[in-house]
Amino acid sequence: MTTVTSAPVAAPQTAASRRPPRRLRAWATRAPLLPALVFMIVVTQLPFVATLVISFFDWNALYPDARHFAGFANYSEVLTDPDLRKSVLTTILLTVTVVVVSLVAGLALALLLDRRFRGRGIVRTLLIAPFLVVPVAAALLWKHVLYNPEYGLLNGLLHYVGGPQPDWISKTPLLAVEMSLIWQWTPFMMLILLAGLQSRSAEQIEAARMDGASPWQIFRHLTLPHLRRYLELGALLGSIYIVQNFDAVFTLTSGGLGTANLPYTVYQTFYQAHENGLASAAGVLVVIGSIIIATFALRVVSSLFREEVGRG
Amino acid sequence: MNLATVLKGKGLGLAAWLLGIVFFLPIAWMVLTSFHSEENAATNPPSFAAALTLDGYRDFFGAGGGASPWPALINSLVASLGSTLFVLLLALPAAYALAIRPVKKWTDVLFFFLSTKMLPVVAGLLPIYLFAKNTDFLDNIWLLVILYTSMNLPIAVWMMQSFLAEVPVAVIEAAQIDGARLPTVLTRVVAPIALPGIAATALICFIFSWNELLFARVLTGVVAQTAPVFLTGFITSQGLFLAKVCAASLVISLPVLAAGFAAQDKLVQGLSLGAVK
Repeated sequence: MTTVTSAPVAAPQTAASRRPPRRLRAWATRAPLLPALVFMIVVTQLPFVATLVISFFDWNALYPDARHFAGFANYSEVLTDPDLRKSVLTTILLTVTVVVVSLVAGLALALLLDRRFRGRGIVRTLLIAPFLVVPVAAALLWKHVLYNPEYGLLNGLLHYVGGPQPDWISKTPLLAVEMSLIWQWTPFMMLILLAGLQSRSAEQIEAARMDGASPWQIFRHLTLPHLRRYLELGALLGSIYIVQNFDAVFTLTSGGLGTANLPYTVYQTFYQAHENGLASAAGVLVVIGSIIIATFALRVVSSLFREEVGRG
Repeated sequence: MNLATVLKGKGLGLAAWLLGIVFFLPIAWMVLTSFHSEENAATNPPSFAAALTLDGYRDFFGAGGGASPWPALINSLVASLGSTLFVLLLALPAAYALAIRPVKKWTDVLFFFLSTKMLPVVAGLLPIYLFAKNTDFLDNIWLLVILYTSMNLPIAVWMMQSFLAEVPVAVIEAAQIDGARLPTVLTRVVAPIALPGIAATALICFIFSWNELLFARVLTGVVAQTAPVFLTGFITSQGLFLAKVCAASLVISLPVLAAGFAAQDKLVQGLSLGAVK
């Protein structure tokens, strides 16, 4: 950086000769960005372009000789396939339910933990734990240890109160997947919202309290507006990861019983059915859906920037 | 404070404790079950006071004749540590360029990085699989290292950008006026302020890589299989192996649990991406 800043000083101060150093300086400030940018383009954008190309071919990996250009045939097949249409619906339902419930539960927990009480550190540690269990391990825990109809903990506890002993995964498969995901993601939301609560200005709240504001009024008019960006961030990050969820669906139900979401369906189409073209078309449709969601989401995130943009 | 508010405060503290215990219960039960014999693990009603044993752990580590989990654990370690290292190498200069010497349109660059996170993994999985198959990279742990690097790089650039942005530019300029060269500025001025944030970023990259299943499931087989792929072997296991399943899940979650518990505050700071201040 020192060589760059000293370059214009060393150059003669004529308009013509000032140009190259400035260009040099511009490149020097951009250079550190290039490795990361090039890497990301090669590893994420190139494969997507390949997916796009494959999506126009009728190509089953078991019959490579029969590969031929098929135009939009794969797309129309994907869009008219009832199973695939259902998996779109499942993805939306799963994502919205898990994000909303874990966000609300996370907010309640964050509000409780924001207060001072005996053993607060221990309670926070207990609450973080579900987020730190490897997702496949968490899914296995729910499938075998909690949901099992014969010896699972849920029915074991119901036994003491004389309740029914349902087979959770086959009776309410989607709910079973959602429950396990909400258990994992609520701590994540709580962590983000707790960080938000702890950055509130204590003086402002004290002042409001002096003016006779009720706890509800303080929450509604001070806490909630302050938390808005944290809530948005939690919803955005949660959506990105839960739309793509594979582990829970794969482990708990193997996509059966109407729980197959889009990532699982694409995985199955190419990994088990070997339908490369069809899987690619489905993948491209997932991307189009994601772009629609992302356009809204990025607009939301851009509110996170408003105060920082001045720096650039 | 009158008696009613004291009681109410106590009640809310109690509610927090209760909810904490409810959320932790599945994990506590998993720990207890992992120390039970298989007969005592699969009972209804649940056996709380059964004798404790290490059989579940012995079975998991292969004493019972099953496959040893060590190769998978070592693969996971290589993939997670390797990709975290690469992420730091690529993200640090990028974040420096974006935060301390902002290039023009730097928010566009940041948006590009974040938008790659919105490209679903499945959108590129097939070409990557075909590429690996044709170049003999299938079942090779270094392919996962590269893919995990691309998976975590956007979040890392995003997080570190905001941590580095906290270094006051005036302090850097002052140091340069005093004659400090770039390496000195980086080690003496920037590093002390940014280091906790960099540690938080590395921790989160490690956790996401360690947890990843879809890439690992599709792109590895026997040689390069990671710990989560090893765990999928238990998906269809029936009641007989409950203690072993619990022991396996705990051992494989242990690095993440330990790191996460040890760095709770950093995790909170990192997860809020430092972006919302």
